[in-house]
Amino acid sequence: MSDHELRVSKIRDGTVIDHIAGGQALNVLAILGVDAASGDTVSVAMDVPSDRLGTKDIVKVEGRELSQDEVDVLSLIAPAATINIVRDFDVVEKHRVESPEEVVGVLSCPNRHCITTGDEPVDTRFDVLGDGIRCQYCETIVREEIADHIVVG
Amino acid sequence: MNHDHIISAKQLSRADIEAVLDRAAEFAADPSAWGDRHENALLGLLFFEPSTRTKMSFTAAIKRLGGDVVDMGTVESSSVKKGESLADTVRVVEGYADALVLRHPSEGSAKMASEFVDAPLINGGDGAGQHPTQTLLDLYTIRENAGFEDLTIGIMGDLKYGRTVHSLAHALTNVDARQHFVSPESLRLPRSVRYDLHEEGASIREHTELDTVLSELDVLYVTRIQRERFPDESEYRAVAGEYQIDTETLEAAKDDLTVMHPLPRVDEIAHDIDGTDHARYFQQAHNGVPVRMALLDILLGGDR
Ligand SMILES: [Zn+2]
Repeated sequence: MSDHELRVSKIRDGTVIDHIAGGQALNVLAILGVDAASGDTVSVAMDVPSDRLGTKDIVKVEGRELSQDEVDVLSLIAPAATINIVRDFDVVEKHRVESPEEVVGVLSCPNRHCITTGDEPVDTRFDVLGDGIRCQYCETIVREEIADHIVVG
Repeated sequence: MNHDHIISAKQLSRADIEAVLDRAAEFAADPSAWGDRHENALLGLLFFEPSTRTKMSFTAAIKRLGGDVVDMGTVESSSVKKGESLADTVRVVEGYADALVLRHPSEGSAKMASEFVDAPLINGGDGAGQHPTQTLLDLYTIRENAGFEDLTIGIMGDLKYGRTVHSLAHALTNVDARQHFVSPESLRLPRSVRYDLHEEGASIREHTELDTVLSELDVLYVTRIQRERFPDESEYRAVAGEYQIDTETLEAAKDDLTVMHPLPRVDEIAHDIDGTDHARYFQQAHNGVPVRMALLDILLGGDR
């Protein structure tokens, strides 16, 4: 067992998100809505050497098992991420993120003329295309720097 | 046709389109004969930006069907001025009317508004987004003059910002038209529209000069190139001049070429074309009434 696997298995119950591209850990937390205010205990390892990614980030959320729907949004910024569900120090489930059909409420639309950027009681909704995302309201397509459009806090 | 709201021409299938156009043709044959069709029906007009012609055309349509309008008036005189959300406004006004028309400067506004109401809502234009009734009247005019079979159409002018163009181009994929887009390099179709047309398997070609395709066209749809798209007057003049047509230009065209324009025009179609059989742009504008009658008739349950 290598060092980082040891580190990964150290939480008792919860979710470990591994193989996040280096530098994206904080965006992962933002997408998941996990922060100090949410009451979750979170630890982050950044810039861990990785054979696959060069460097990678790892996020551990204690006491909470993230659903497939929650983590699939991560595929937009961390397509190589793996999800480990840990119970009583053992990894009981391990899966990869899959591209969801749509993303609701996580991202803001970059089109300032879009109705979702106004003060309306509506969540943003994006369709996930092969190589980007598209606002269901104004149809603007975002291909690059999707992480820039994450709604934080 | 089974739609609760008309938000985008993209939601309409070929069968939907033909159903609207067939109904419009019935109404157009004798527009004043339908005064008892929807007696007392009320159409709520929510125009958050001025568009006198669209408003007049919808008003004429509902009145021809025996109904009337309830009009929010200008934004300055309404609750919106006090900061009310669009979602609240439509939920209030839906109680006053049997159907709603929304014109709003924000893209996606009609889609969002439709999620908050049960009354049928028609998008009367959402910023640079969709304007489905314009698309339907364009299609009506094309079908009436050139037909949908084996159709070759040229669309010229501002293809980047012209929403009527985007919506029409998408709708024309339903009838497998060959589409030629003629514009200056700086005003070519945006990526999202090309993506869509590509996804639909559309046959499209892009050109910078009309000469290269004019003789093949059954329809030439001209749009205005706006001054504000260019950094200075001289550049605008040089570019815009390349995309103006007159009777001399049309010598190279088919005898039965149909020339269309969403109006208002400035100088992109010379007045000497007005008197020729090519000119169909005023007829196109008039077609807005029977087409809107048809949509309202269908949404108000005319085919019960
Ligand atoms: Zn948008």
